[in-house]
Amino acid sequence: MGFLKKLVNWSRLKSPWILHFNTGACNACDIEIIAALTPRYDLERFGVQLKGTPRHVDILVCSGPITRQTADRVIRIYEQMPEPKLVVAIGSCATSGGIFDGCYNVEHGIDSVIPVAAYIPGCPASPKAIIDGIVKLLKSMEEKEKSS
Amino acid sequence: MHDNMEIPVGPQHPALKEPASFRLSLSGEKIMQASVRLGYNHRGIEKACEERTYIQDLYLIERICGICSHAHSTAFAQAVEEIAGVNLPKRAAYIRTLVGELERIHSHLLWLGVAGHEIGFDTLLMYTWADREIVMDILANVTGNRVNYGINSLGGVRRDISPEQVRQIAKAMDALEERTKYYIELASVETTLINRLSGVGVMSKKDVLRLGTVGPTARASGVARDVRKDDPYAAYAEINFNVVTDNHNDIYGRTIVRLGELMESFNIIRQVIKNLPDGPIAVKVARKIPSGEAVSRYEAPRGEDLHYVKANGTESPERVKVRAPTLANIQSVAFMLEDRYLADMPIVVAAIDPCFSCTDRSIAIKDAEGKGKKKKIVDWESLRLHGIEWYSKQGIDFTALNKRFKR
Repeated sequence: MGFLKKLVNWSRLKSPWILHFNTGACNACDIEIIAALTPRYDLERFGVQLKGTPRHVDILVCSGPITRQTADRVIRIYEQMPEPKLVVAIGSCATSGGIFDGCYNVEHGIDSVIPVAAYIPGCPASPKAIIDGIVKLLKSMEEKEKSS
Repeated sequence: MHDNMEIPVGPQHPALKEPASFRLSLSGEKIMQASVRLGYNHRGIEKACEERTYIQDLYLIERICGICSHAHSTAFAQAVEEIAGVNLPKRAAYIRTLVGELERIHSHLLWLGVAGHEIGFDTLLMYTWADREIVMDILANVTGNRVNYGINSLGGVRRDISPEQVRQIAKAMDALEERTKYYIELASVETTLINRLSGVGVMSKKDVLRLGTVGPTARASGVARDVRKDDPYAAYAEINFNVVTDNHNDIYGRTIVRLGELMESFNIIRQVIKNLPDGPIAVKVARKIPSGEAVSRYEAPRGEDLHYVKANGTESPERVKVRAPTLANIQSVAFMLEDRYLADMPIVVAAIDPCFSCTDRSIAIKDAEGKGKKKKIVDWESLRLHGIEWYSKQGIDFTALNKRFKR
């Protein structure tokens, strides 16, 4: 493995930057994601930072079932992200469509459109669950890097 | 002279927490024209409601919006209870009021943080969201979930409140009141906050009435319109509280109104837990609701939430219609943005506390000119008169209200 690749991997493990995109959620998971980033839960202690543009981020955090309107937008955002990239689906709707499964304007979860690395269920996923999911994802990334 | 420049903002944009798209026509730094495009969050809830039973709908309706979920589920439950002719037990009405006000506290604290974030005052975001966790703990304790409480059922509520919980709520209210007093002081002395918010997003009383704005956005322009006072539901008829208004007409006024409403909410919650009546928390409602229709209003943290339910005697409704407060307010955003600077755009949008997942309903007009139907466009004035007539038939008199809003 080249030095540059090692550096990229080290930095994305120590400080993964995330982008939050609401793909048609009811806001509940979104406020829990923000709650996870604010002082009580403080996701930033794992180096996680919320960023504004897909071109700067390692992890795309999606909440909500994919509506037909957001489906091609989320693909465009995913394509704009630099490699290596991961997607986290937060909430029951993002994992499977949840309560909205079967609605005429809703697809079945994020993985029907883009590949997903981690699923965090819950309606809404609590900040504790979000932290647990993100930490497990980071750990699996670390193990994958060690084995390669 | 240079041509206007078109800038699209959204659906993914750092200033927007939800997908919505704004198209701004700029001349230099000034916004000449703004148009809003909605519909990214449209999931088809109203249609889905027709395919499910009333009990299932209650949970689906709750997930229209996660921030004011109690507002939606209560409004829907009230409409169904009205059709079924159910008398809500008093204790249930008080618990609904309690959860509604706790929700208002969490929503207004959330707004204050988001507003701070939009003007680059991230310290305020971290402060308010840390304080918001106090009320989130109480909500989790009382209802069992932090968001999407699921406390309503048709004919009452699902969980009772124990004396131990009452003590915890009283303690939390004291802690939150102290913090809110600090924010009120901050809003009155902090020059950066005052200078950044004053004179931005100005909307006069006349414009508020013309554009049909609701909630704190309207109350910040001196329109004392509040469903809790005008058409009391749940336990509000038995509670003393003031409708907070302000005459700044701008975003600073909206901040003051929301902070004032926080203080009123503490006051309401103290009265609720003090006068909590004994008795059952729910009555049984039949699975099949008799045919009929009802309109229910609820003062959500963002303004008046309106639900219409039409029942046809089966287990599921024939039609459910939701008019969320943001739909009433979104027109005013385009108005407030015009002739303002581009840098004001995030805070002007955030100032109405937009909730696009509430707003994204859709209407399809079929066969307007089809067989046997005559196309008829109802103008605003005749629609207004029809509304007054319809309500007076129901025994509600609006003349008292009209006197208050004399233009």
